[in-house]
Amino acid sequence: MVDFGFGIVPSSRINLDLFDRAKFEALATLEPDVRKCMACGSCTAVCTAGTFKATSLRAAIEEIQNGREKKALEMISGCQLCGKCFMTCPRGINTRHLILSIVKIYGEEK
Amino acid sequence: MKNNVLIAGAGPAGLEASAALQRLGYNVILIERSETIGGHLARWDRLFPDGESASAALDSLIEGIWGVKCFTDTEITSANRLGKSFNVILSNGIIVHADAVLMTTGFDLFEASKKEEYGYGIYDHVITNADLEAFFRNGSDPRINNPSRIGFVHCVGSRDEKAGCRSCSKVCCATAVKQACEMRQAFPNSQVYCFYMDLRLFGRHYEDMYLSAQRDYGVRFIRGRVAEVSENLDGSLMIKAEDTVASAPLKVSLDLLVLMAGMRPSVSGARIGSLLGLQSEDDGYFRVMDGILDAQRSTVPGLFLAGAATGPKTLPETLADARAAAVEIDKYLSVTFPEAKDFKQLMRKGW
Ligand code: SF4
Ligand code: SF4
Ligand code: SF4
Repeated sequence: MVDFGFGIVPSSRINLDLFDRAKFEALATLEPDVRKCMACGSCTAVCTAGTFKATSLRAAIEEIQNGREKKALEMISGCQLCGKCFMTCPRGINTRHLILSIVKIYGEEK
Repeated sequence: MKNNVLIAGAGPAGLEASAALQRLGYNVILIERSETIGGHLARWDRLFPDGESASAALDSLIEGIWGVKCFTDTEITSANRLGKSFNVILSNGIIVHADAVLMTTGFDLFEASKKEEYGYGIYDHVITNADLEAFFRNGSDPRINNPSRIGFVHCVGSRDEKAGCRSCSKVCCATAVKQACEMRQAFPNSQVYCFYMDLRLFGRHYEDMYLSAQRDYGVRFIRGRVAEVSENLDGSLMIKAEDTVASAPLKVSLDLLVLMAGMRPSVSGARIGSLLGLQSEDDGYFRVMDGILDAQRSTVPGLFLAGAATGPKTLPETLADARAAAVEIDKYLSVTFPEAKDFKQLMRKGW
């Protein structure tokens, strides 16, 4: 094999083929609001946990749909369920229930 | 016999429709609730996308209504169906026997103080888009003190279930971009930020305006909704949002924050609407017969609608809607009151 002088690292490109549709449907059944996010970022901006650890419900919703479930869980792992994001969300998403539902559906393998 | 047409609201839609119906040979009675005509246009300075003068535009609209009976400071007190017509009593005591009524009641600007987290009316340097237009018109506002860091907040009271308004107000993205450029003209050393969720710049020349804001004025567009505003000890403002493109929470200190207050259905329009038996949709704007094919006709025969009474519209859209309503009213009156036709035909031959 030709030595190019660098190693192969996993691609950072999002691969939508990895998106698990059935799992997402299960999440949407548990908390239909997951489909309502318009990615405004208000939840991230006000997040109390965000001061200590990168926390973003917006990013979690995005990453789930990008097939990066581990990253999604990371983005809400610091959540203290304070509910500030629920107060600010312009789409009126039930954020705390959504966060708990994400953990329920995607957190089991851990 | 000339048919009477009553038009409620002397903003751009009411003025344009009055002029058109007058020219078609109808007897137009235009009423306006406030003391002056022109609606929101009368308080605006320049218009997007080309920076045209709002007062020049209003002047030419007013020129068009020559001969129209116009009553300011006048409201509808009561209205009853009388055969095919309406019997309408005005607050000035005049009774109008109207064969058609056109609602051009427009919109109210969202009350920015309702979004408490933005601090309008609480912090010293938070203003609205309307306040900024007033500043451009008369050149002074104690809250605008040679600012060097300026922020625009899009979607204030729009696209926000918490503010009771899910829909987009359509004109405020373009207004924000226009005003951002104007602020850079007024304060050449300033840095301007626009906080947006989606930039809705859909019309002819709008994208040019956006490009110019970036290239010629260095306006920084940040994709994230402003979530919190607080006041620093020195009176400057601390803004918190997420830069969703960078995927990180963001904060910035500003000297002036401009809130792009959106459009809400007119409260006084709704009052008249209920007197006349008009229906509204969930968003508060009046229902039309058919959003595509019959957008100027209400569900009540003889009652027509134009302009922002049926939802957010740009100024040219409002004017086009008013002209369309005039044609629809002419069609309706010609069919419903065929005996009035001869007079109109004589009138039109005289052109
Ligand atoms: S509920 Fe969790 S995600 Fe939402 S603001 Fe509080 S800590 Fe952040
Ligand atoms: S505040 Fe609501 S709509 Fe905005 S990004 Fe968060 S979850 Fe989505
Ligand atoms: S036009 Fe722009 S600022 Fe206005 S409500 Fe729509 S998206 Fe928001």
